[in-house]
Amino acid sequence: MSDMSTLLEQQIPALRRYALGLSRDDHTADDLVQDCLERAISRWFLRRQGGDLRAWLFAILRNLYISSCRTQSRRATSMAIEEIIASDGYPDPEARLETRDILVALDQLPEEQKSILLLVGVEDFTYEDVARMLGVPIGTVMSRLSRGRQRLRTILGTGQPTLIRRVK
Amino acid sequence: MNSRDAPIGEDDLQAFIDERLSGERRSMMEAYLAQSPDTRERVAEDRRHRDALRARLERVAREPIPMRLRIANIQETRRGQRSRWLSSASLAAGIFLAGAAGGWFAGSVHPPVSPTSFIPRTAVVANDAIAAHQTFTVEVMHPVEVDASNEAHLVQWLSKRLGRRLAAPDLSQFGYRLMGGRLLPGGGGPAAQLMYDDVGGKRLTLYVQAAGGAATAFRFRQGKNESTFAWIDQGFGFAVTAASDRNALLPVAESVYHSFEEPEGRAIKD
Repeated sequence: MSDMSTLLEQQIPALRRYALGLSRDDHTADDLVQDCLERAISRWFLRRQGGDLRAWLFAILRNLYISSCRTQSRRATSMAIEEIIASDGYPDPEARLETRDILVALDQLPEEQKSILLLVGVEDFTYEDVARMLGVPIGTVMSRLSRGRQRLRTILGTGQPTLIRRVK
Repeated sequence: MNSRDAPIGEDDLQAFIDERLSGERRSMMEAYLAQSPDTRERVAEDRRHRDALRARLERVAREPIPMRLRIANIQETRRGQRSRWLSSASLAAGIFLAGAAGGWFAGSVHPPVSPTSFIPRTAVVANDAIAAHQTFTVEVMHPVEVDASNEAHLVQWLSKRLGRRLAAPDLSQFGYRLMGGRLLPGGGGPAAQLMYDDVGGKRLTLYVQAAGGAATAFRFRQGKNESTFAWIDQGFGFAVTAASDRNALLPVAESVYHSFEEPEGRAIKD
């Protein structure tokens, strides 16, 4: 097995996990991973030597997910009611009932919060890595992380928005 | 992260939840939480959610890697489609995408995306194709709108409506002969379906509709009765559907793919 195969295949379990977190569906998640691997193979020699392979692959997968969502929303002629509610910023009441599956709750979050919760909380990327992958300052990563967590608490129906006061 | 004298902030709290706070800041945070039961509860809750998320996603990471994600298999599929990666249009797109994927170091920013459910474009094509297949292959009286005896007219008509040259691929090496075709709505515009059958009366359909975005590899979908290979190329989605298994259908799909490849240089001229 070639060097590239070995290096890429070592990342597949984590890529599948991230893709499932984003898409909520096993089959769709693997389509996404397959696309990601195809891209990575075709651009193997363009990747930054000595760069972080894992971060590179996750960034490719995320870009693919985002561009597919965009194509999807341009194409979409009908939208489920729950999605309309969710995009208005109000948590989907269904999700509150369906707390057995945390992915349903996560899916109510905007992609940028969803990705950060997955990349930090599940994939253990550093805040600095995530800032680079998303192309935003680290402070933005922290505030999206905070907002994402708060939103998850609201959706899961247990939390009050508690604000931490600055101690002078 | 913060200097030792800075007051406790939301970023400290997030880092504490992630167990990434160390040394003095961590002690400060613990002292703060000892005074603040509300925040303490919030930390515990956020950690529960994080753990639930990890637990929920753990299964897929422990599973053996599916065959279709094996690098050797992906390379095998790519080899069959090498030619289109070399066409100038794809090459330009490839460079652009490499820039996009590599560009995160340079600080590329995506506009926020609303949480619509994610469906790959090939799945949209496959679903439309399967619906059309199921609708028309069971027809006894009118399986096609224009039959193969008027092939020239059929091809001209469908090409005009779809806005691309559309010749009916010759699938006789697989035992399929053209029955005819029809125009139908799909993907927000006109779509075409060509129907073939073999001596046993088994029907196979080729479905074409406009589909934006970059070219994709073959995608296989196994339905209850039929299976489909779908792909996107040159701005169109293609799907080959029949009640066959994957191994029987793949060579047909490859043959169809090659029959729609543009002649050299065509992509530049258009």
